[in-house]
Amino acid sequence: MTARLAGTILLAALLCVPFVVHSEFWLSFWLLVLMFTFLGQSWNVLGGYGGQFSFGHALFFGIGAYGTAVLQVRLGVNAYAAAAIAIALGALIAAVIGLLVFRYRLRGAYFALVTLAFAEVARVLVASFQFTGSGFGMLVPLSRGIENFQFADRRAFYLIAWGLVVLGSLIALWLENSRFGAQLMAVRENEDAAQALGIDLVRTKVLALALSGGMAATVGVFYVQNYLFVDSHIAFGPAMSIEALLVCIVGGLGTVFGPLFGAVVLHALGEAAKQATGNAPGLNLVLYGVVLIVALRFLPHGVAGLFARRPRRKPEAANA
Amino acid sequence: MLNFGLLLPAVLNGVTMGAVYALIALGLTLIYGVLHIINFAHGSLLMLALYAAFFLYALGGIDPYVAIFVLMPSFFVLGYGLQRFVIQPTSHGRDENILLVTLGLAIIIDNLALWLWTSTTRTIDTKYSFEVVDLGVALIPLPKAIAFFGALVLAAVLWWLIAWTDLGKAIRAVAREREGARLVGIRVEHIYAMTFGLGTAVVAAAACLLLPAFYVTPQVGYAFVLVAFTTVVLGGMGSFTGALVAGLLLGVVEALCGLYLGESLGQIGIFVIFILVLLFRPTGLFGARA
Repeated sequence: MTARLAGTILLAALLCVPFVVHSEFWLSFWLLVLMFTFLGQSWNVLGGYGGQFSFGHALFFGIGAYGTAVLQVRLGVNAYAAAAIAIALGALIAAVIGLLVFRYRLRGAYFALVTLAFAEVARVLVASFQFTGSGFGMLVPLSRGIENFQFADRRAFYLIAWGLVVLGSLIALWLENSRFGAQLMAVRENEDAAQALGIDLVRTKVLALALSGGMAATVGVFYVQNYLFVDSHIAFGPAMSIEALLVCIVGGLGTVFGPLFGAVVLHALGEAAKQATGNAPGLNLVLYGVVLIVALRFLPHGVAGLFARRPRRKPEAANA
Repeated sequence: MLNFGLLLPAVLNGVTMGAVYALIALGLTLIYGVLHIINFAHGSLLMLALYAAFFLYALGGIDPYVAIFVLMPSFFVLGYGLQRFVIQPTSHGRDENILLVTLGLAIIIDNLALWLWTSTTRTIDTKYSFEVVDLGVALIPLPKAIAFFGALVLAAVLWWLIAWTDLGKAIRAVAREREGARLVGIRVEHIYAMTFGLGTAVVAAAACLLLPAFYVTPQVGYAFVLVAFTTVVLGGMGSFTGALVAGLLLGVVEALCGLYLGESLGQIGIFVIFILVLLFRPTGLFGARA
């Protein structure tokens, strides 16, 4: 079975969850898995296909979350308009940051650290101003109704999240089959060679970052509509940034269904650890760290790599 | 605006905090300068050493300044082992993987600490914790003054080690030209692990000097890790003098930002400096030109 087929089957099975599972707990669990899959896919666009590892993806998630919350609560904007503006803002800020850092040729670890620094700046800023709820965070008033993008039935959110994951997979598929995707992957493999072939490095990476930022901001918007609350640690803290990269690397970097595999495996393991130890704080994250290192050591292509049929190698080539 | 009665104590306070940043950055800059790897777990190792020093004092009654002689060797062994048996085999020689492995280590150490020791803030209460040194214009807590001089001494020792010993010569050779060093018989993997061990031992010493003036929680590593990177980048990767100067500078910047912008915005100055230095002067103040 190829990774594509397995991913498609998994995705189809996940569509059935809200109609089969009636426990509120498990519905929330799978909802989170889908949310983090899409967040992971946003990281995958930049990190997996573009080779630019961001350590501060929470920045874009947080811009989406705070954007929609501030627009609704402080400025009285309609929820859908707020969502659209927040997502556009995420993409725009990502593009501006991209122009800055890629113009100055930051790569590799420097890019990772500078994104983390931007996320930290945002975290300190929103926690410092009354306008953004300072240290207390922001609460979107409960007002159920389709016109407010708030649904009494959590299954509605679930279906939206599922739709997002499908959209994310289509974006990844498009990258694998489009001219832009080919350019992006060429940049990942060898920047100098890509440039020699006439690819505009800055433009390609900025576009990838903007797309990725918009997608992450979408997750932020979705988070706020679902939980009606956000604070500086949820939005810009390291947890979201780590989650975004972890699901990709564990699931399979630069593959269509990698983030989905990663999110399912990680959260299933994390939940099992929680159940086994009676919800000890931190233990599930210890497990995440171990899985990350084990995956780096033994699964260079992640969970998705387990499916792919490996070409038979001759014994003498095996230790090359 | 320029009220010296306020400004001078703030600057002095910044200098002592900056000495702490310099202390933490020394080990990081050593590791970066030689291995060219960004050790994301540096803050977590600091946190671990802080806990070790805390428990040695709380359970064994060992003074943190004495604990330096216990913790430096044990953290050296820990660092050596981490590089030799975890980071090196896991990274497959790729830079992004090294970053991710050390991130994984940071996640494991931080959350293990959270699980084992909870998020309670712990401090130790020594006889000298509240002693102060009167400098005329401001009072400096004695432990912070000791940390300041400790940073100077550690930097000097590291400089001597790198400049004058055989180990230092081997480390410099590997940093400069890895394959050439291998050809003349230097065991590169061993030197890498030695360097990582040294960096980890230095962070353990920093923890012992810090603890009497500071506190420890499982989150303290994350709080310091970006500041430590900023110090290293600003000072020039691999430069001990640079780390010292940059640490002091950042401490003062933070104190002044805190004074003029309010306490919660104090750290913004550090992050903004980090971003600007990376963009416009990635070689730092004292770094060699690329």
